[in-house]
Amino acid sequence: MAMDTFLQQIINGLVLGSIYALVALGYTMVYGIMGLINFAHGEVVMIGALVALTVINLLAGSGLPGIVIALIGLIAAAPVCMATGFAIERIAYRPLRRAPRLAPLITAIGVSIVLQNLAMLIWGRRYHSFPPILPSTGYEIFGATISGLQIAIVVIAALMMAGLSLLVQRTRLGRAMRATAENPQIAQLMGVDINRIISLTFVIGSALAAVAGLMVSANYSIAHYYMGFILGLKAFTAAVLGGIGNLAGAMLGGILLGLIEALGAGYIGDLTGGFLGSHYQDVFAFFVLILVLVFRPSGLVGEKVAERA
Amino acid sequence: MHFARPGSIPLAVAAAVALAACAEKKEEAPAQPAAPAANAEVTVRLGHVAPLTGPQAHIGKDSENAARMAVDELNARKLEIGGAKVKFALLAEDDQADPKQGTTIAQKLVDEKVNGVIGHLNSGTTLPASRIYSDAGIPQISGSTTNPKYTQQGFATTFRLIANDVQQGQALGLFARQTLNARTVAIIDDRTAYGQGLADEFEKAVLAGGGQVVTREFTTDKATDFAAILTKIKSKRPDLVFFGGLDAQGGPMAKQLKSLGLKAVFLSGDGGCTPEMINLAGAAAEGLYCSLPGVPLERMPGGKAFGDKFSAKYGQIQLHAPYVYDAVMVMADAMQRANSVEPAKYLPEIGKTDYQGVTGRIVFDAKGDLKDGAISLYQVREGKWEYLQSVGGETAQQ
Repeated sequence: MAMDTFLQQIINGLVLGSIYALVALGYTMVYGIMGLINFAHGEVVMIGALVALTVINLLAGSGLPGIVIALIGLIAAAPVCMATGFAIERIAYRPLRRAPRLAPLITAIGVSIVLQNLAMLIWGRRYHSFPPILPSTGYEIFGATISGLQIAIVVIAALMMAGLSLLVQRTRLGRAMRATAENPQIAQLMGVDINRIISLTFVIGSALAAVAGLMVSANYSIAHYYMGFILGLKAFTAAVLGGIGNLAGAMLGGILLGLIEALGAGYIGDLTGGFLGSHYQDVFAFFVLILVLVFRPSGLVGEKVAERA
Repeated sequence: MHFARPGSIPLAVAAAVALAACAEKKEEAPAQPAAPAANAEVTVRLGHVAPLTGPQAHIGKDSENAARMAVDELNARKLEIGGAKVKFALLAEDDQADPKQGTTIAQKLVDEKVNGVIGHLNSGTTLPASRIYSDAGIPQISGSTTNPKYTQQGFATTFRLIANDVQQGQALGLFARQTLNARTVAIIDDRTAYGQGLADEFEKAVLAGGGQVVTREFTTDKATDFAAILTKIKSKRPDLVFFGGLDAQGGPMAKQLKSLGLKAVFLSGDGGCTPEMINLAGAAAEGLYCSLPGVPLERMPGGKAFGDKFSAKYGQIQLHAPYVYDAVMVMADAMQRANSVEPAKYLPEIGKTDYQGVTGRIVFDAKGDLKDGAISLYQVREGKWEYLQSVGGETAQQ
């Protein structure tokens, strides 16, 4: 086992895992407050990516520095995503708040299909590529390479997780969120406008989705109306793995899933003498998920927080 | 904050699975079934099946546009077959590149009693669907299915207008060994009937040529991150990396290969031989190699005229448009020679086809494969696919 290859696989896993974590934060936040899995979140990420990319492609020839263009793209994408998130909650979830659990899950899937097809109508079926505006120079660490963008992804994911935790634990809004999560009726009696809190949760989650969308499309240089689906599924898995409803759990679950995938694909073939190949990468990831759910049904760090809440 | 309530996670996972197999979409309502009366107008309904949603939607729509263009032209000619005016109608269906959906659509077209089927686009959907058409006796011509099995099942109804993956894999293997002089190769495929079939044939050809396969890796046709398998490949130091799959994965893969500092030549089959591939690979596109069954559009006998007509109507050709266009024309040609639009009557005539199409002279062998299908090789130079050389295909190159 060559050391540089191993280190490279760890980096691959960290970057992939941070991307999953960024998206998983959106799932876990909504779940934490409402107990609802917002399946349309992956689609909000996709819309963020496509809006940012459209703006960035318009500005790519303008001579502005790459980072500035990327930031303008993000500034354009964030309000669109926030409006989308707000609309999703208002149209698809709020009327069903007192309905049985299955109903909002089905509208979530419906919204996801509607958004995908809407994006297909607006941006077409083509793949959109990210213009080479960000420096792609890699840094060498003991024979492994990591690009500036990838470092940024890992750092931003960690910062967002920390920022969200602060928001939830330390601010007035966060206290209202926690109260709504614990018991919406009583929170309302205590003067919390729960409709406003839930809308804000969706808006904040969707702003994170815009950041995730930009990061994903910049890292893989590709955006497509269909990209949200697989990404959403993986991020949802990460959120469940870590303990859905828990912000640190989303981060942990994401990184863990990324590492499992990278190391699984990298070594499973050699370790089993070619009996299992890299096509077992996903099987391996879901196997770990099943194991975790069997022994810790609320995810890796889910329980602890639940006791406190 | 809450943690998961019992029951919610299995429910959500089930919903996710249901989402993956979600609803089918129809592009066009089926035409009215017409009763064939003397001197009346007969509607010939042709099914066209390709993925119109999902990651390959751009290639599927390209194919559908070509079929639609052929149908429009046939209608403009006001043909008479068996003493009746015929009107061609296209039933454009979406199989989402999903084998399950492919068979559902095939059954639906059989139930609607179509006169013939153009497609499907992917080998993975064409193979299971071909049995359903064969049982119903409905002729099927694919302009893009390259998996060898398609015509080897002993069905009388299966035809294709493109060289198969045995021919393509051999040509690619020879090219890698002899022209590029690669001794060690790494192979990646996307686990689809197409990607896997092509990679298998390539592997055989490389081994037969005295080359060495250092590792065989796998991905899916929906993946975007290949860092893990490419890192593993890097540790094996191959001269060449071959990818059996489509541009949506090939482009990002070529890019990630370069950013990981892998210095191998990158070669793919027809699925990576698109303008989109260059677009997606960005700066890493320069120097990529690919192969395409057939010859380049500008070397096709009717290529230039077809390209102009198509672009004026639908924009840039992605991949299979000329083959799909010819498929419709071959089917109509057999109907005219048989003087019937009944599948049972015109099917034998398809086998006897000798048709000068846009893509070249079309003659089928006993199995329904194109005789002397050519394979061409290309490389990206200054941001464009440049033609390098062709193998085989005497009839196509006349």
